[in-house]
Amino acid sequence: MEQIPQIPKEKFRLIHDENNKDQEKIGTPSLTYMQDVRRRLFKDKVAVVCLALISIIVVISILAPIIAPHNPNAQQVTMSNLPPKLGNLNIPGMNGYQNMGGHMVDAYKQADAPKGTFYILGTDYLGRDLLSRIIYGTRLSLVVAVLATLVDLLIGVPYGIVSGWKGGKTDTFMQRIVEIVSSIPNLIVVILMMIILKPGLTSIVIAIAITGWVTMARLVRAQTFQLKEQEYILAARTLGEPSMKIATKHLIPNLSSTIIIQTMFTIPNAIFFEAFLSFIGIGIPAPNASLGTLLSDGQKAFRFLPYQMWAPAIILSVIMIATNLLGDGLRDAFDPQSSEN
Amino acid sequence: MDKILEVKDLHVDFDTYNGVVHAIRGVSFHLNAGETLAIVGESGSGKSITVRSILQLLAKNGTISKGEVLYHGDDLLQKSDKEMDKLRGNKISMIFQDPMTSLDPTMTIGKQVAEPLLIHNNVSKKDALKRAEEVLRLVGIPNPQARMNDYPHQFSGGQRQRIVIAIAIVDYPEILIADEPTTALDVTVQAQIIDLLKELQQKIGTSIIFITHDLGVVAGIADRVAVMYAGRLVEFGSVNDIFYNPQHPYTWGLLDSMPTLDTNESDRLNSIPGTPPNLLNPPKGDAFAPRNAYAMEIDEEQQPPFFKVSKHHYAATWLLHPNAPKVTPPASILNRFEKFKKLGGNVK
Amino acid sequence: MAKYILKRILYLFLTLFIIATITFFMMKMLPGTPFSNQNRMSAEQLKIVKAQYGLDQSVFVQYIRYIGGLLQGNLGTSFQFNNEPVTALIGQRLAPSMQIGAQAMVVGTIGGILLGALAAIRKNTWVDTLATFISILGLSIPSFVLAVLLQFYLAYKWKIYPVALWDNFQSSILPTLALSALPLGTVARFMRTEMVDVMSSDYIELAKSKGNSSWGVVAKHALRNSLIPVVTIIGPMAVSVMTGSMVVENIFSIPGIGEQFVKSITTNDYPTIMGLTIFYSFLLIIVYLIVDILYGLIDPRIRLGNGGKE
Repeated sequence: MEQIPQIPKEKFRLIHDENNKDQEKIGTPSLTYMQDVRRRLFKDKVAVVCLALISIIVVISILAPIIAPHNPNAQQVTMSNLPPKLGNLNIPGMNGYQNMGGHMVDAYKQADAPKGTFYILGTDYLGRDLLSRIIYGTRLSLVVAVLATLVDLLIGVPYGIVSGWKGGKTDTFMQRIVEIVSSIPNLIVVILMMIILKPGLTSIVIAIAITGWVTMARLVRAQTFQLKEQEYILAARTLGEPSMKIATKHLIPNLSSTIIIQTMFTIPNAIFFEAFLSFIGIGIPAPNASLGTLLSDGQKAFRFLPYQMWAPAIILSVIMIATNLLGDGLRDAFDPQSSEN
Repeated sequence: MDKILEVKDLHVDFDTYNGVVHAIRGVSFHLNAGETLAIVGESGSGKSITVRSILQLLAKNGTISKGEVLYHGDDLLQKSDKEMDKLRGNKISMIFQDPMTSLDPTMTIGKQVAEPLLIHNNVSKKDALKRAEEVLRLVGIPNPQARMNDYPHQFSGGQRQRIVIAIAIVDYPEILIADEPTTALDVTVQAQIIDLLKELQQKIGTSIIFITHDLGVVAGIADRVAVMYAGRLVEFGSVNDIFYNPQHPYTWGLLDSMPTLDTNESDRLNSIPGTPPNLLNPPKGDAFAPRNAYAMEIDEEQQPPFFKVSKHHYAATWLLHPNAPKVTPPASILNRFEKFKKLGGNVK
Repeated sequence: MAKYILKRILYLFLTLFIIATITFFMMKMLPGTPFSNQNRMSAEQLKIVKAQYGLDQSVFVQYIRYIGGLLQGNLGTSFQFNNEPVTALIGQRLAPSMQIGAQAMVVGTIGGILLGALAAIRKNTWVDTLATFISILGLSIPSFVLAVLLQFYLAYKWKIYPVALWDNFQSSILPTLALSALPLGTVARFMRTEMVDVMSSDYIELAKSKGNSSWGVVAKHALRNSLIPVVTIIGPMAVSVMTGSMVVENIFSIPGIGEQFVKSITTNDYPTIMGLTIFYSFLLIIVYLIVDILYGLIDPRIRLGNGGKE
């Protein structure tokens, strides 16, 4: 402090404010919101792995007719309950051998299977190829989930927007309906619907969607309520933009994070309900396979032929875990505050 | 005078999503026994982080990368968590900015005020609560006996801040750190809280570090003032030095933007143009240079050292270098210089 | 508070009435009766049976009768099981369901709170990762899958627990475990979020500045403040436990209400389905009501009404 540094005099020329214009420059390059979300999502390793897993499962489901080695519903009673076998590889548990009375026996030989036949995941009690059934079953379960979620969106989002946007008496009335629907346990509604409608894909979708939209409607309404008061929406209203235009141009984009995140939690829920209904026998009717019917069939034979249960159980759990974790990842990506504080 | 606290060359870094933020870049100051030191600066200048470093109450992503915090000559940064726990709320305590969120919403205020006593002193719960009641009376909570069992939401903002103060002083701390204690309050309540702090300082003889961005508040409470900008101190001295003989262009800017009794209706209040620098990449020279109308080439190249103005008054600006040109400060500052002369000061 | 509870009870009856009405008319929309499958019956016999159940009256009369019965606590008569009243069926089967349901809720909630709190305190460490992983597993693996796996390994293969039997406490362990996974996962996640939030709040900082050790801060301030909101998810959790109990009771052959419900569905026993639907709704609405009252009692901000004595 005491020593005064020696500095040449010309360094002390005043610059004045000629380059003051630079001062508003922001240090880091700015990203748009969506770019930022994507960047955060791809930084999250768990979310990326889940996204990859889900993508693989979806692709396999779409390509089911090409990928599945057999017709999933083709019965071949002579080939019933064969254990998994993968080519001629001699991997325990995948070599076609089965424990019978304490001895490991080649089940394929016993069934007089032609040389070279093998079922990677074995066959069920009607001799149907389990791998093919699982591929088709996953496909069906995903279709149920996607359709139910779509119906959810189609009812829940407009309902929430209208309720939140209109406010006042309309809102009160619409919220009363939401309250009543949500105070009835959704499972009961779903089961009642399933009993009344003919079992099948459409009924399951309707049954799941009839209670599922409530959560979405609630979230969207709350968000719309907040957005309504935002300056830019007020400005758009003052300028006389038509409601439809405000909804599509300003509301939906800002609601998208809420909607996407909620969707990610609706999908596993729908998959669960399908599996549950099929498991108790009022879901997808035979002979079609879904993850739920496969589990139900597998459970009956589980004690003696555990492989029939394991495969669908693992696939179902993986889908549930991956969608849940991806939902988490998306929430963190959309709202970094939720994970950083 | 006794230096009870001395901060030397403090550096604090924060790990963030965008990189490391060098929030504090070499801050040194000291606190004398019984005095009130005000640290002034705009938001983001690092004043809160500086005082939080004293108690080591930084957010998890913050680290003190360099420096010393000497309390009676002991470096607090070398102490264990346990030893720090013994000091916090006992020898050194803190008052927070927002009384609406600083109190535990699910605990009665009596228990909250008594808590430091139960942690630090070997007293019975009954005695602690009794003492809490006395302190609540001291800070001006009416009818404390009845209100001990109330919850925070049953009090107004000003009363809550009094309760926060009661918590801080219940164990008669040597040092009281007040982090913008009046910012969240109404102007009338602000004055009451300042008066309360002054009164308490006399009664219990504590030293106060008072953080604020409001120079108007400083005049009423501080003995000495340190001005902070972008993670460094730029000027420090007595209240009179800073208010009537400021040397740093940033201090000029702060004072120039503050209304005084002398301000005529026709006078415009001035503001400092621009925004503080991004501390992810701190500037090489004087951080204030881009906003400084009196900036010189040297300001962009080299950080100015502290130049001595008078015995306890220092300012870090190249304008005080013998080779620097003579500049004319804003009119309101010249008025202040006039006043300083009347006070018997020696304007440079 | 008393006024609030009264209002809620009124709503309770209103909701129940709506549910009963919807259920009734939905059931009436069904084609045929359970007897139409039974070819052995002649038209005469069918008529007699229908008259016996009051099915020969107009739908409206049947509805009035049904609601009238409900008001007297009569949920109708089962088509199966020797024409037992549905209330009697529920009475016999309530205890096992309640036992495993309550056990699962307690295990799940307490386990979830501990797991979530641990994850929040050790945020961003391996403890947090592990706890999050466990809670995701609990959330994602359907209870019936878990039940079958537990049954196969713990009961069938390793013979630690009975496979499917209902007599003592030991036989309730596996179903309890299978059912508690979902509440455990849900509570753990919720608790972690809440506690992370609380830990970053100003009053926690103040608690630290008082000289509390990090353990003291958690025990005295963070835990209680994060626990209060957890109460709100007890209702939805009761729903999921109830859902799970339907299949889990089936898998473990527990003579409970869930098992009965599934059986009634597969045998088209409409009065029992209706009765159980209303009973389930009643149970859940009661749980929601209790939870709301409880929340008001433990949170001082609600307990003492809004605003303050200023």
